[in-house]
Amino acid sequence: MATMPASASDLLKSFKLKTKQQELLIRVSILCLVYILAFITRLFSVLRYESMIHEFDPYFNYRTTLYLTENGFYDFWNWFDYESWYPLGRIVGGTLYPGLMVTAVLIYRILRFLRFAVHIREVCVLTAPFFASNTTLVAYFFGKEIWDSGAGLVAAILIAVCPGYISRSVAGSYDNEGVAIFALLFTFYVFVKAVNTGSLAWSLASAFGYFYMVSAWGGYVFIINLIPLYVLVLLITGRYSMRLYVAYNCMYILGMLLAMQIRFVGFQHVQSGEHMAAMGVFFLMQVFYFLDWVKHMLSDTKLFQAFLRITVTSAVAVGGIALGLGMVSGYISPWTGRFYSLLDPTYAKDHIPIIASVSEHQPTAWSSFMFDFHILLFLFPAGLYFCFKRLSDATIFIVMYGLTSMYFAGVMVRLILVATPAVCLISAIAVSTTVKNLTVLLRSKNKVVQTGSTKGSGGSKSSSKALLDQSQPFQKNGAIALLFGAFYLLSRYATHCTWVTSEAYSSPSIVLAARGAHGNRVIFDDYREAYFWLRQNTPQDAKVMSWWDYGYQITAMGNRTVIVDNNTWNNTHIATVGRAMSSYEDEAIEIIRSLDVDYVLVVFGGVTGYSSDDINKFLWMVRIGGGVFPVIKEPDYLVNGEYRVDKGAAPKMLNCLMYKLCYYRFGEMMTEYGKPPGYDRARGVEIGNKDVKLEHLEEAFTTSNWIVRIYRVKPPNNRW
Amino acid sequence: MGISRFVLLVFTISMLASPALSDLVLSKVDRRIYLTSHIVRISSTLEVENAGPETVSKVLLAFPDLQAQNLAYLMASPHEAKAKFKVSVVSFPIDVVKPEDMPPGVTFYSVSLPQGLTVGASFTFDVLAVFTHALRPMPEQIGQADIQLVLYQDSAYYLSPYVVKVQSLSLKLPDSRIESYTTLESTKVQGSEIKYGPYENLPAFSSSPITVHFQNNLPFTIAQELVREIEISHWGNVLVTEHYKLIHGGAQSKGEFSRLEPQARENVQGPSAVRYLVAHLPPRAHSVYYRDAIGNISTSHLRGDSKKAELLIEPRYPMFGGWRTAFTIGYGLPLQDCLYESEGRRFLNITFSSPVIELVIDTLIVKVVLPEGSSDISVAAPFFMKQCQETKISHLDIVGRPVVVLEKTNLVPEHNQYFQQWEEVRVAIQHVHNIICQCLATHDKLEASLRDLSRTGEVQACKAARKSTDGLLKELSKELKPLMTFLQSSPSAVQVLSKVEELVAKERELLEKLMAKHSTAVEAYDKKSGARDIESRIALQQQKITALRQEVDDLLEFIDEI
Repeated sequence: MATMPASASDLLKSFKLKTKQQELLIRVSILCLVYILAFITRLFSVLRYESMIHEFDPYFNYRTTLYLTENGFYDFWNWFDYESWYPLGRIVGGTLYPGLMVTAVLIYRILRFLRFAVHIREVCVLTAPFFASNTTLVAYFFGKEIWDSGAGLVAAILIAVCPGYISRSVAGSYDNEGVAIFALLFTFYVFVKAVNTGSLAWSLASAFGYFYMVSAWGGYVFIINLIPLYVLVLLITGRYSMRLYVAYNCMYILGMLLAMQIRFVGFQHVQSGEHMAAMGVFFLMQVFYFLDWVKHMLSDTKLFQAFLRITVTSAVAVGGIALGLGMVSGYISPWTGRFYSLLDPTYAKDHIPIIASVSEHQPTAWSSFMFDFHILLFLFPAGLYFCFKRLSDATIFIVMYGLTSMYFAGVMVRLILVATPAVCLISAIAVSTTVKNLTVLLRSKNKVVQTGSTKGSGGSKSSSKALLDQSQPFQKNGAIALLFGAFYLLSRYATHCTWVTSEAYSSPSIVLAARGAHGNRVIFDDYREAYFWLRQNTPQDAKVMSWWDYGYQITAMGNRTVIVDNNTWNNTHIATVGRAMSSYEDEAIEIIRSLDVDYVLVVFGGVTGYSSDDINKFLWMVRIGGGVFPVIKEPDYLVNGEYRVDKGAAPKMLNCLMYKLCYYRFGEMMTEYGKPPGYDRARGVEIGNKDVKLEHLEEAFTTSNWIVRIYRVKPPNNRW
Repeated sequence: MGISRFVLLVFTISMLASPALSDLVLSKVDRRIYLTSHIVRISSTLEVENAGPETVSKVLLAFPDLQAQNLAYLMASPHEAKAKFKVSVVSFPIDVVKPEDMPPGVTFYSVSLPQGLTVGASFTFDVLAVFTHALRPMPEQIGQADIQLVLYQDSAYYLSPYVVKVQSLSLKLPDSRIESYTTLESTKVQGSEIKYGPYENLPAFSSSPITVHFQNNLPFTIAQELVREIEISHWGNVLVTEHYKLIHGGAQSKGEFSRLEPQARENVQGPSAVRYLVAHLPPRAHSVYYRDAIGNISTSHLRGDSKKAELLIEPRYPMFGGWRTAFTIGYGLPLQDCLYESEGRRFLNITFSSPVIELVIDTLIVKVVLPEGSSDISVAAPFFMKQCQETKISHLDIVGRPVVVLEKTNLVPEHNQYFQQWEEVRVAIQHVHNIICQCLATHDKLEASLRDLSRTGEVQACKAARKSTDGLLKELSKELKPLMTFLQSSPSAVQVLSKVEELVAKERELLEKLMAKHSTAVEAYDKKSGARDIESRIALQQQKITALRQEVDDLLEFIDEI
């Protein structure tokens, strides 16, 4: 022990590094720490609850991943799923983005090969945090590419804990977005790198990055529209270069060919309206290149001007005619409703209620911007300012990415996710530049003060120095104060992120937790109770009807066939279910029998005060059902435009199937002390129809907190 | 239908009854049938008297086939005054037998008594028989709030191939509520107990069917399949994982389900529903978990101290009649509690069946995962079961871990006994092998002496050689004896034992033949017969000897490979 200090100091001496090496060491260790931090901050959900899959869509992804591990890739590719969308079924292989599942299975296979006997569920749960960690690395390199390594480091740190990203990448959130944000940022980074270098290798890499993105998430449309837009802007601002030509052409052609290999995309990539911008810009690039060449050949500017006019007009005309012909002949499909609803926030509400009914498709509130971005919201404009001050190909890209994605984030809550990397990068530029300027100020002051004091006696020089010296203390103090302010803000950001992650984004939403009367944690595990009951105690081929929200969970956890699920591809089918739920029982039973339904499942929060239940979603069922079947009219369920379930509710409301199924025998139940029986805690009223009688259905199971209620469809009575 | 079949069967038995095996007489039979759970336990005390002319060492127990197919466990032990149905340490071996001249429809089990019963002597012992699926719910479907009634059928008289002098029967029911019961002469009801008898001097195979219909609200928990995986890690842990597939085997639930009633009125909640299960884990169990295919189940409690660990698990939902559930519980045990070492071999000593109390298991599969590279694996268990081996690849394995798979059907808590898993028995067998090799070497010496004889004709030298080999062989057989007894007693050597015994027997035979050949040769020389004559005499013997020698060599090779 005694010799240790001596040897340690020797060791330190031998490790005496040059400044550059020191910087590298610090940078690498910061990156390593950030990498680990990004992973562990997403593990709150595992520690609070358990290693489980969250929410709705991830259950479908998990189910398909299980299928992929068990049956191999070709069976997966050709999988026709009989268990959903009964009686239509679903061609799973052709209607999903397989990137996530293939990635998870690949990780699983590698771990298995290395003899780690992990379960595929663990891999699925940890896929998103793992990719979030990788995203921090990409953010670092991206920041380095567009600004400098300092900005890169800050970007890596900011994105590691940014709530906007964490909301979709906590452990257990096994969704496409988990890997897609990595793919998105990687594609952008590599493309910018390709534009900066003009290297064919980088553009090839960006094509593959794009391919991975296409295989992982429908959000690839953002890439294939943003990049052409960016190229167009560069062309307009006169920043056309050979580098850009190489980067875009290679990326577009190869990316397109690769993307068409994904069955869900296929020929859409050259046929649908969303992809036309990219193709148009591709042809425009060729025209530009041609013009450039002609300009090079023709030394006469006048002649060239004339030629330019002719070429541009004819090119635009040919393009317009081709587009028009394509549209008319139906070869080019028009924009989809989802795309419209992105451009026009009010479109969905009027035309596609099914999109508008999803909470994450609502326009974003200011509070959620604040919640997800915190100080980044203020740093973002500052960063834009710095970017505009130092315009380059790369900064133009990040500015465009930031502005467009911010617009989309405003349109839909879930698209905050896409904006997050851009916001982090731009804010990182702001932070890094500010801190750098301030520290430079501090350092240079010190030098000046030193030099000033040593060469204190002088003529005019000293007087000017004195003038400077006078302003120095304030400047220095101000810089220090600003620095402290910046660090204070950043530390607030870190605290806020951790708090948000632990409080808001780490709940699996399958298991609900609440505080009991004595401060103890009460767990409502009703969903799994019901799904497991379905799995064990119903016939293997039983068909379960429920609102589409629970479809994926029922097939994945209950292992039973459902009528509709979260893949909302058939609006009519969903509307049929909505109609059944909002009709009287004897009308509904016809629909139920025609759909061959054995069990009906409803979610009811009246006992526990759980507010996202079917009664609160009911108006959407009415709207979606009414959108296809005009028999269902929304005003029938409202009283003076007000939605009520108590005594004053509309008679149709009090007798529709959904009301009956939710409140069956609820009238006898005492939910809260001092309140009459049948007091609905979720809505805070005493229900209007306490004497619910069911004729064609019977209660088969109700979970311990009444959250899920399952009814059995009785066989029809004998006629004789 | 079931009742009538049973009655019919009992009658045919009594018709066909023949006065066979009359050597023994049961002077007193006292039967107690415990119907207090869904497992039926019949504990009987038998006093056997030998009335015949010969010493008898085996007693036959008879069960009608309908009962025998539900028989899960049968044990005979010396009579103890206060033993209820304790699994006693000493038990007598029992075999299934099919004696001739017996009526059909009856299964016989033969109990070997510790000492032969001399003429006129008598002996008292207890028999515990445990039956599963013997109670039939009646009605078969009940509503959620109804009580569960079950039916039990048996014979009021003890079914036996012997004459029974005095007998009595008592049935213990869980509750004093009895719907109906068969009334015979001298039937008494005391609270929750029904008594039949005493009956005197009944002939062999006499029976009289009785039926009891009573309330039994105890949960009928049946594990249709239980897979237990016991994984030994040399890092100091034994990991037990148990996958249950449970069903409520009582009266089927019918009609509407209601969550309101059990919550509003605590006392009328589905009386026969399975609400929770209790498992008695080994005392130092740690890292206990309880989950199923879709995740953790949060409704479980573990209470425990240094002496016991009691795990109370609640299924996700209360199980009504006919409902199913499946779950997994797992726990770790300290290695030193289960793994022992003796004479250079390690063995795992762990309970065979499930720790859940009052559970009937239809199929039990026990998988013992041994550390990678374990060899010479053998199993010793107190009862018979199917065995096979497989390999499991787990964390950081290269060739995989050997897994011993044991399978048994129809288990009751009485089966929860310790079994041993040996990892080595090679040493003893190796020793036997060496000794046999030495024997063969001495055989060779004898042969050599014979050859010398034919060459030189020195009879005296040949005789001397024989004497010396005799001495050697005697010593060797002395050495062999303790080894053989060890192997016979060691349960792990069962598979090899037959081969080893065969080898020893063959070697004996070979030796005899060789000695005979030797003596004939020597005799012939003594009588100075012609060489041709000698050879023709020996030739026959020589043929047998070479054949035997071949067999012995084959066996040796086989054992060597093991």
